[in-house]
Amino acid sequence: METVLQYLGYFFISVGAAFLLLGSFGILRMPDIYSRLQAGTKASTMGSLGMLFGIGFLEPQWLPKIIVIMIFILLSNPISSHAIARGSCKSGIKPKLNETVNSYKRIAEGCEESIKKEE
Amino acid sequence: MSVLTVLIVVLGAIFLVVGAWYVLTRKDLLVATIASSIISLILSVFFLILQAPDVALTEATVGVALTTIIFVVTIRNTKRMEE
Amino acid sequence: MDLFLEIILGVVALALILSFVRFVKGPTAADRVVALDTMSVTVISLLALFAFMFHRIIYIDVSLVYAVLGFIGVLIIARYLEGGI
Repeated sequence: METVLQYLGYFFISVGAAFLLLGSFGILRMPDIYSRLQAGTKASTMGSLGMLFGIGFLEPQWLPKIIVIMIFILLSNPISSHAIARGSCKSGIKPKLNETVNSYKRIAEGCEESIKKEE
Repeated sequence: MSVLTVLIVVLGAIFLVVGAWYVLTRKDLLVATIASSIISLILSVFFLILQAPDVALTEATVGVALTTIIFVVTIRNTKRMEE
Repeated sequence: MDLFLEIILGVVALALILSFVRFVKGPTAADRVVALDTMSVTVISLLALFAFMFHRIIYIDVSLVYAVLGFIGVLIIARYLEGGI
């Protein structure tokens, strides 16, 4: 039983490390800020949750503190990513327009309209 | 202390030097504030490796939250670009 | 299982390197803030991994403080970019 829990913990740690690496790779390779935000925030949230969960399997008496850390990461990471996206949109950074995807353009125009409405 | 821990220490030292160079030379003071926050982050990992968790706690509290808030409020009340 | 932990440490260090390259290259200030956010979450995982390697529960508390306070700096820089504060 001990070894089953240990192997499960090692599996979760491996998944978490892989997601962290993929998130950082996406933050390096993506073209503009909004897609960088997408890669850098969601993938690293999943990665850190997986790694903390695996450490909780390996040391079961640490589990309450680790659950508190996971709850705080789940609360605070979407707030910060939303604030960065809103701030960069309001400070005038345009998304790189792609001809085949029109939703980018619609989102940009909608953001400009909301700025005019507030002014 | 294992091999990869030594590698992380060397890597963190490189990060510290590059971040300090950014703080010293950038004209955009907001970028200098972000670099200062990254320096505090790496320094906290160093204190943890040197087995001083209380100092790492204080560094995390002061360096990430308080210093950034004070610097950003100061930049807002003065100018963002250095001349 | 020491070799396994060494490999995981190497992967997390590689993730830190890639985020820092984006901080150095980033054209605007907002890209650098994204790099700071990703590095903060990666460092939370790294501190928990060091706590498991050294077998001391007090090291988890540093990671807890980062998870509670780490987003305040990012939040206030984003509010400044918006023109809010």
